[in-house]
This record gives sequence, structure tokens and C-alpha cells, in this order.
Amino acid sequence: MASKTVAKDIITLRGSAAIVSEFFGYAANSILYNRGVYPEENFVKVKKYGLPMLLTQDEGVKSFIANLTAQLSEWLEAGKLQRIVLVIMSKTTNEVLERWNFSIETDTEVVEKGVSREKSDKEIMREIQAIMRQIASSITYLPCLDESCVFDVLAYTDKDVAVPFTWIESDPKLIANPQMVKLHSFDTKIHKVDTLVSYKNDEWDEP
Amino acid sequence: MDAGSVNYSSNTKDQPRFPLQEQLLQRRNSKENLDRFIPNRSAIDWDYARYMLTEGKNDKENPAVNSPSREAYRKKLAETLNLNKTRILAFKNKPPAPVELIPQEHISSFNPQPKLSKSRRYIPQTSERTLDAPDLVDDFYLNLLDWGSSNVLAIALGSTVYLWDASNGSTSELVTIEDENGPVTSVNWAPDGRHIAIGLNNSQVQLWDSTANRQLRTLSGGHRSRVGSMAWNNHILTTGGFDGQIINNDVRIRSHIVETYRGHQQEVCGLKWSASGQQLASGGNDNLLHIWDRSVASSQSATQWLHRLDDHTSAVKALAWCPFQGNLLASGGGGGDRTIKFWNTHTGACLNSVDTGSQVCALLWNKNERELLSSHGFTQNQLTLWKYPSMVKAAELTGHTSRVLFMAQTGDETLRFWNVFGVPEVAKAAPKAANEPFSHVNRIR
Repeated sequence: MASKTVAKDIITLRGSAAIVSEFFGYAANSILYNRGVYPEENFVKVKKYGLPMLLTQDEGVKSFIANLTAQLSEWLEAGKLQRIVLVIMSKTTNEVLERWNFSIETDTEVVEKGVSREKSDKEIMREIQAIMRQIASSITYLPCLDESCVFDVLAYTDKDVAVPFTWIESDPKLIANPQMVKLHSFDTKIHKVDTLVSYKNDEWDEP
Repeated sequence: MDAGSVNYSSNTKDQPRFPLQEQLLQRRNSKENLDRFIPNRSAIDWDYARYMLTEGKNDKENPAVNSPSREAYRKKLAETLNLNKTRILAFKNKPPAPVELIPQEHISSFNPQPKLSKSRRYIPQTSERTLDAPDLVDDFYLNLLDWGSSNVLAIALGSTVYLWDASNGSTSELVTIEDENGPVTSVNWAPDGRHIAIGLNNSQVQLWDSTANRQLRTLSGGHRSRVGSMAWNNHILTTGGFDGQIINNDVRIRSHIVETYRGHQQEVCGLKWSASGQQLASGGNDNLLHIWDRSVASSQSATQWLHRLDDHTSAVKALAWCPFQGNLLASGGGGGDRTIKFWNTHTGACLNSVDTGSQVCALLWNKNERELLSSHGFTQNQLTLWKYPSMVKAAELTGHTSRVLFMAQTGDETLRFWNVFGVPEVAKAAPKAANEPFSHVNRIR
């Protein structure tokens, strides 16, 4: 957002990458809070996207997310990032319980030719706000996570991306026969982000 | 029926010769619904009836039945295809687990993490017996404890090998090695429970008859430095040395070296034959795990390994072949790795990997139930009992003040776990359950 000019609502690749990676940072925090992966006393409230958002104060988690978003914006600026997945797993069995899937479509013309697009900051923020509201309300339908959980983040990148030193290749950590709920999307006109949460079927509900 | 007949006869005046057949054809074409049916066997078109009962119905239901699965298939296909042009990356450093942050009572109240409730037998949390083992060398790479089939425990303390008879609790000294050859770096009972192999720091291996208390022979000339691991396979004694060599010694013949396996660059610290005697697993300080096939071994040239498994990131000492599944091997990594991995030794595929959080010193399968016991070093020095294959912790036994380097199980339906301390060294034994051979009375300690 920083590099956007206020006057004409021009959005550049760099600004768009910053919006998307920042969005992911807040979304991850919100998921960790709302799904109770970390205890709520670890979070503090800030105002963002016209909503009260919660950010973790745990140094380990904080730096994990900070390193993550830094790397994500690099890939976003190169147009190499296809998808980010936040996986919630059982701490004891490592079974994958939830996958928060953020698919990213990049406007290749912007990446290749360096042109910019037009979309107002306000409009993008409104779209993001809708997603954040949905994440917060997701606890009403997602199954209870009644065991302690850990999370991990997977980045789906193009094949030609060099693996950074601090990253390793991972398996997709899929859930067999998941339930899926599609959430809202937002579009910076450069990056379009679709949000979808898939979760393990709660077998108790079946007749 | 009357109305139908009238209708049909009026409709089909040009083909009056097979009125009944025509009527059926007519029905097929029109959606006419007659209110009454008077059966006439000779007139029934069985093929048509069958079609109406089966295919016709299927056709109608097909779209509804097939679409979810077809859609799922398409989705799966898309996912797979997508993966092919995608790289999935994750941070090497995982975010911190939240456990420290949650108050302990919070966890225990609604998280049945240590599923102790599910274990059917009583698992004592304290040791039944504690034996002092002064001077036991605290060296990760050595194998200084072995429980023979005659229920006698051999333990090497410094340069001396002691035998502790579990049936009467008596202790005797088998041998003290001269200082220039010692200390003892490994002990291993032959399957007969009578003969014992003693590996030495000077690269020699001595064979002893424990009942006659005399030395039978010395195997030398194979290794260039200490022999830290040994495994018997009938009359073959396999020895692994600091030099990374693995040698099969036929103890019956004069030139005892029959095969040499070269694959490790550093000390061989884990060595186990599979129950069939066909495959040998070897783990080294070079983080490698090799599977060797006996049938392709030959004395002429160094043998090629069947599988070279380099997934561990630290020394591989703990090895255990599964007693109920011949090609399943469990292996544990050292301090930098901390995982227990499961392997299909036919294919070399890693089936599972579990992070235990601490150095894995030894692994032992329960002979009677699908369980695996692991002993650990830093940070908790605990023993952990795992359910297999779920790898849910069935029990965790703490109480050792230093790492638990060795474990042994007796053949009398008891599990016995031995723990060895650093300075006031102590070994712990399981209670015997020999009188209740078929009950669930295995007790762990």
C-alpha cells in the first residue's frame, strides 16, 4: 500500500504484493486466535481493515509469521506464488484437521510488463474486511478442536522457484474426504485471492 | 385397460397382426398410464420388463449418484495435476507448539493426550528392581547390555563382563579383560543363551561359554578399531566397528571372516538381523541406515547394500525389527534427529516418522502386543511406550536421572527395561509375569 499514490487509486505490483502478504499475516493471526491454536491471552487487539484484529504476542509465532510474510511478498512480486495454505494439525498425532487455503491468481501482464492497475484502497479493504469477518464467524460451523494443535504454512510456488535456504519441500498435507466452505475473495486487480477452508468430516454428525 | 385398448387400436391400425406386441411398443413410446394391469405371461416382453426394472432406473439415477464422486475425482485430478507444476514449500523451522502456553490443568482436563485410560494392563510407574552398575561407560555408540535366552543379563562395566541371573538374582563375573585390550565395547548373547560374544576396544572379539566359564576363541584381524555393535544370525556373528566396516564371522571355521559389508563411513553403532535372518539393518554415526540382504552377500567382494536410507539427520543406533511384520523396521535417530522412523525394508520406503523430542537411544517391540518402547536421552531421559501403528503414547516412564542407553526384553512374556545412570549407575528390571503367560500382565518398568 505504501507505494500507492492517493490521488488516482493506482496500484502497483509491489503495493499489491504488500497488501496480499499483510492480509495473510493478519488472516493467520486471526485463524490462530479464533481456532484456539494458541491461548487467547497471547493476543492483543489492534484496529485494522476497520475491524478489531488480534495479533499474537508470542515471540516465536510472531517471528515465524514475520519471516513468512517477508518471503511471501518476494514471491508475490515475482508472480511465483500460486497458493498459501495454513494447516492445523493435531499435536499428538499430526493428523491434519483443517486447511485454510488461499489461492492466488496473478495478473501476468503486470508482472511481465510492469504496468499498474487501478483500484481504490478503500474497495480492497472492504473486500478483505468481509473475509476477516467470515474467518471470525467460522467457529460457528467448524468442528471443535478439542485437542492441542499445531499449525504449519505451505506455500505453493511455481516449479522454477529456487528453494530458499530456510525452506524445505513438503507434502500437501491433504485431508481425506474433507468438508469445504468457500469464503469471500478479494482482488487487487493484480492479485486475486480466493479463500477456502476445508476440514475433517465430523463423523459424529453422520447418521 | 379398456380405454387403453381403444386408444391403441385406433393408433395402430396399420399393423394389426401382433396386437399385444404392438400394445407394448406403444406403451414404450407414449407415457400413457393405464390404471389396471391384467398379466398375460405369453404376452409379456421380458426384455422390456427387465429393461424397465434395471437400466431404465439406473439411467434416471445415474446423474444424481455419479456426480459427487465424479466431481471429487475431477477435483482430485486437478489437484494432482496442479501439484505436478507446483512446488510445495514449508519453513524448516516450525512455529513453536502451543503446549507451554496452555496451563497444564487446562490440557489434562479436556485433552486425553496421554491415553493411559486405553491401556488394558497396569503399567507400573516405578521400577521393580534397581541394580547398581558402577563404571558403566556412558557412550552412546556402545552396546554394553544384553539379555540372553537363558534369562541371564550380561553387562559390561569397564573391562569386566558380569552376568546377572534373573531367575535367582545372583551375580557372577565372567571375565575381566586386560587393561591394554579393554574396555569392553559390546556384549551379545548367541541365540542358545550359553555362548556370548564380547567386543573389545582393541578390535578383537572374544567368544565365551558362560556355563563352563571359559573362553572358546578370539576373532581378530577383521576390524581396525573398537567393535561397538554385534548381532548373531545362527552361527554367523556380525560385528560392526569404529572403522565403519561390518563383518560376518562364521564362528565354526578357522578363517572366520566370510563377508564384509562396506557402506558406512563412520562407526557402526546399531546392528540387528531380521527374525528370518535374511536382512541385516545397520546404523552408523554417519547418519546412514543400511539394509543388507544375506542372499546377495559374498566373500569375494564387498557387498552392495540393498537399501541406503539417509533420512535420519543424526547417528542411528536404535534399531528394532517388528516381530509381527517381517519387513518392518523401526529406527531411531540421535540427538540432532530425535525421530523414530518406520521402514518397509523390501522397498526401502519410509512409512512413518515420529518426532519424539529427544535423542532415541534404544527401541524395543513388545512381543505380545502391537507396541513399541523407546528409550531416550536428553532432555527427559524417559521411556515411552507407543501404540503401533497409531503412535499414540500409551505410557511415559520417567525417573531416570541420566539417559537410558540400553534396553532388553526377556523371553518369558515380560518386558524388562533397563536404565543406566551416569555416576551411581543403575539398571531397572521389570516384574516377572512368568506364571501368567496368557494374561495381559506384561509390566513395564
